[in-house]
Amino acid sequence: MTDFMQLLLSGVATGAIYAMAALGFTLLWQAAGTINFAQGEFVMLPAFAMLIGMSMGLPLWASFIVAVALSILVLGAAFKKWIVDPMRGSGVVSVVVATLGLSIGLKSFVKAGYSAEPHPFPSIFGDEVFKLAGVTVSYSDIGALVFAGLMVVGLQTFLNKTITGRAMQAVAQNTFSAEALGINVKRMIFYTFAINAILVAVTALLITPTYLAKFDMGDNIGLKAFFAAIIGGFNNSRGALLGGVLVGVLENLAGAYLTPAYKDGVALVLFLAVILVKPDGLLGTPQERKV
Amino acid sequence: MKTTKLLSTQHMVFLGLAMTAMCFAPMFLKTYGLYLLSLWLVYVIAAMGLNLTVGYAGLKSLCHAGFMGVGAYTVAIMMKAGISFWIASPVAIVICFVLGLAIGFPALRVQLHYLGFATLGFNLLLVLFFRNEEWLTGGTFGIQNIKRPDFFGMTLESNTSFYFLVLAVTIVFGVLLALLLRSPWGRAFAALRDNPIRAESTGVNITAYTLMSFAVGAAYAGIAGALFAPLVNFIEPAPFGISNSLLFLMMVVIGGSGRFYGPVLGAAIALLLPEYLRFLKDWYLAVFGFTAVAMMIWLPGGLLSMKEAWQLSQAKRAAKQKQIAEAAAVASGKGAAA
Repeated sequence: MTDFMQLLLSGVATGAIYAMAALGFTLLWQAAGTINFAQGEFVMLPAFAMLIGMSMGLPLWASFIVAVALSILVLGAAFKKWIVDPMRGSGVVSVVVATLGLSIGLKSFVKAGYSAEPHPFPSIFGDEVFKLAGVTVSYSDIGALVFAGLMVVGLQTFLNKTITGRAMQAVAQNTFSAEALGINVKRMIFYTFAINAILVAVTALLITPTYLAKFDMGDNIGLKAFFAAIIGGFNNSRGALLGGVLVGVLENLAGAYLTPAYKDGVALVLFLAVILVKPDGLLGTPQERKV
Repeated sequence: MKTTKLLSTQHMVFLGLAMTAMCFAPMFLKTYGLYLLSLWLVYVIAAMGLNLTVGYAGLKSLCHAGFMGVGAYTVAIMMKAGISFWIASPVAIVICFVLGLAIGFPALRVQLHYLGFATLGFNLLLVLFFRNEEWLTGGTFGIQNIKRPDFFGMTLESNTSFYFLVLAVTIVFGVLLALLLRSPWGRAFAALRDNPIRAESTGVNITAYTLMSFAVGAAYAGIAGALFAPLVNFIEPAPFGISNSLLFLMMVVIGGSGRFYGPVLGAAIALLLPEYLRFLKDWYLAVFGFTAVAMMIWLPGGLLSMKEAWQLSQAKRAAKQKQIAEAAAVASGKGAAA
């Protein structure tokens, strides 16, 4: 039982981290129709930015702040301006291929320009553990869970309670009516990209201690984020949280009780099962097709 | 009535020259050069299949390397068990075809975009299988000393003879693909890509056709895999991973998706060019990736669409100039009237 609790806890913690990457992914899709296949690399880049910051003598928290700023600038503003905006109207396949190209490009760029080796990365919550009713709990798991939970809940509140947030949702639902209502659509879409940029930087901060900073660390995270997003419901931001936690927990349990070798396949199986039964995801609502 | 020729004269001359060059190439190449040329043809076969799926049917498939792996492992395992290559390779093709149907069905039932994710995940699962099922696949050590087949008593062990086998297979399956694309099936695939809902309303069974284009694409990857194993003599999980699947997609798109010779050019850029640009090492892939991004922005039709893209921009410019000239004429006319 204690084993189970332990697996559950660390699964929820990992899942909450997946959920953040998935949430950013979903937001981009809703607001700009962009399926970002480079989302995993968007997590990898801030991790290396923090690594470089620390090697220059900055403490972790300071390099994190620098990484967030850089992330908003590069992965938010520049990505939108130079890649997404020029491709408006050229179809989903082109965007997918472009972000795939970006993913290959960024990975190889880091591999060639920085290093092909995995680098250890400190946890912002330290390495200590404590016992709670026989269950070993690490501060980094609890920290990740709380941090990710706060991010997701905070984002939900922002989207639902503030005028800006509601305007962003309006843009996501129907760009034309939003514009007719006097919402500055361009600015709202930029906010979405900026939020995604913050989310990936936080994801990097929380997940890199376990994944290690490596040029291809994004492969796995990106894939889990996609699956979490679809399992939960591609057009529902709460779905991303549910999907992420489900994937994290089931992966952990399957790894321990079934076979560790196929742990990474759990997300795929769950994905296939969900889309067979509920094509729009667990919390998603059906979407109409346009000719 | 105008008679439609199968191929234009220009096209015939081009093909003839290319074939001659390919037939005489072994005389001028050393072992490694010949190996690369054979490998390129193997990639061309696989990319042709993906071009059918992506370029003609408009589906995103991201486990092409995985299917190639299934083909390669099937042939390697069966040949190790003493079964002839000529039986093993059709089996490999059929297995890939069936797997294509199995993975395509749930994803396509829902939404075309989902196929991308489903296939990406499936590729991951295949690599895990290749790596973990040591009893069957040899795990990370792979399968070694895969023999090259005989052909009616004639051994194809030498590099040159195996090259000609690969060349022959490439031509046969290239012609088959060309015939498929000219058939009503090919037209249905194009209709599907251009507007699935309109295609459906004109009576094309979209689920069946999308599934079929995906499965046929997978079968082509199976053929490529079946040739890959005896060509390289050794297989392991690495070449069949996700990154190579992405590379396959890039090949098709950079060459020109939906164009028959797109994969031929794309495979050359992804495989042959890096050999000559070895000094660039990992930077090559970085440049390759960013070039793909730039191409999607400025030349979404791929390299082979360059001519049309240029013509289009010229036409646009001419139209604009005409407009300006007309506006100027109207303005001066008005001025004269006043």
